[in-house]
Amino acid sequence: MNTMTKIMMALTLSGFALLAQAQVTVSEPWVRATVAQQKATGAFMQIKSAKDVRLVEVRSPVAGVAEIHKMEMINNVMKMRQVDGLDLSADKLLELKPGSFHIMLMDLKAQVKEGDVVPVTLVVEGKDKKRETIEIKATARPLNQAMQH
Amino acid sequence: MERRSLLKLLALSSLPLAGCSRAPVSFNGIDITGADYGADFHLRGHDGRDYSLASFKGKYLLIFFGFTQCPDICPTALSRAVLIRKLLAEKAGQLQVIFITIDPERDTQDLLAQYMAAFDPGFLGLRGDMQQTREVARAFRVFYDKVPSGSSYTMDHTSISYVFDASGKIRLALKHELTAEQCAADLSALMKS
Repeated sequence: MNTMTKIMMALTLSGFALLAQAQVTVSEPWVRATVAQQKATGAFMQIKSAKDVRLVEVRSPVAGVAEIHKMEMINNVMKMRQVDGLDLSADKLLELKPGSFHIMLMDLKAQVKEGDVVPVTLVVEGKDKKRETIEIKATARPLNQAMQH
Repeated sequence: MERRSLLKLLALSSLPLAGCSRAPVSFNGIDITGADYGADFHLRGHDGRDYSLASFKGKYLLIFFGFTQCPDICPTALSRAVLIRKLLAEKAGQLQVIFITIDPERDTQDLLAQYMAAFDPGFLGLRGDMQQTREVARAFRVFYDKVPSGSSYTMDHTSISYVFDASGKIRLALKHELTAEQCAADLSALMKS
């Protein structure tokens, strides 16, 4: 194999890698830190997908149970419910943020301290039913996190 | 938005003293003066001491109901309370922030103590047994409900914070959507009237 072919192959492969990564991008992932005996917290992030997919599963090694939750305020009553999944429309930003959707991490195995890096896995499913996993690292922000900046 | 609230704060602080006549103050929160909400309560503090409304005479109170396993609303409301105290500056000492758990099954005294300390060591966490919790919630017209979620459960609950004045009278209901600046402006106005 000559050098040129090798370069071409490397370029092609890295191109594919980029393409695969670009399907779903996650920015500003964070989790809320906890106090020692607290067994649940939330993870928040912005998700964008190049094509229509559905977020169908979330996992994290720090939590026994991870669920996608929807928070709603009805007549000043906060209601939180698990949802099966969330649709990600092509190139439309989906925000998991306080006051809206979040990933609920329950049955925490240890305290999440400020600055901790928490791995979270997102599983998305395309129209073709093919699944893709996205590994992200969310940083723990203090429990006393002032409202959105 | 922030600037407008700031201007409001400035405007409020420059209101002339109008003798005994009540200056028409418009609040960002809902004025519920005269309502019979939470006329009294008897609950245990995170410090192990017993408290009733009378324990706080001479202090303004900001009371919020919630639970510590809450990922979102409760820490946001308590963070707002931290900001409110900052905005009140030298008047912050007149305000006692109180968090009453509606999930006493999981919110032990220890956990409440840790949770309060994570926000402000001056905040007070209160809890009762199931019956006392039902009673205090009813007294404040606070709705709460235990909702199963997966292997665990979550709590639906009213997200309003209540304000009492220094004479122990209920004055305001502050919605969750209000900013710290709006709440601080209301408290500042109350402390002046």
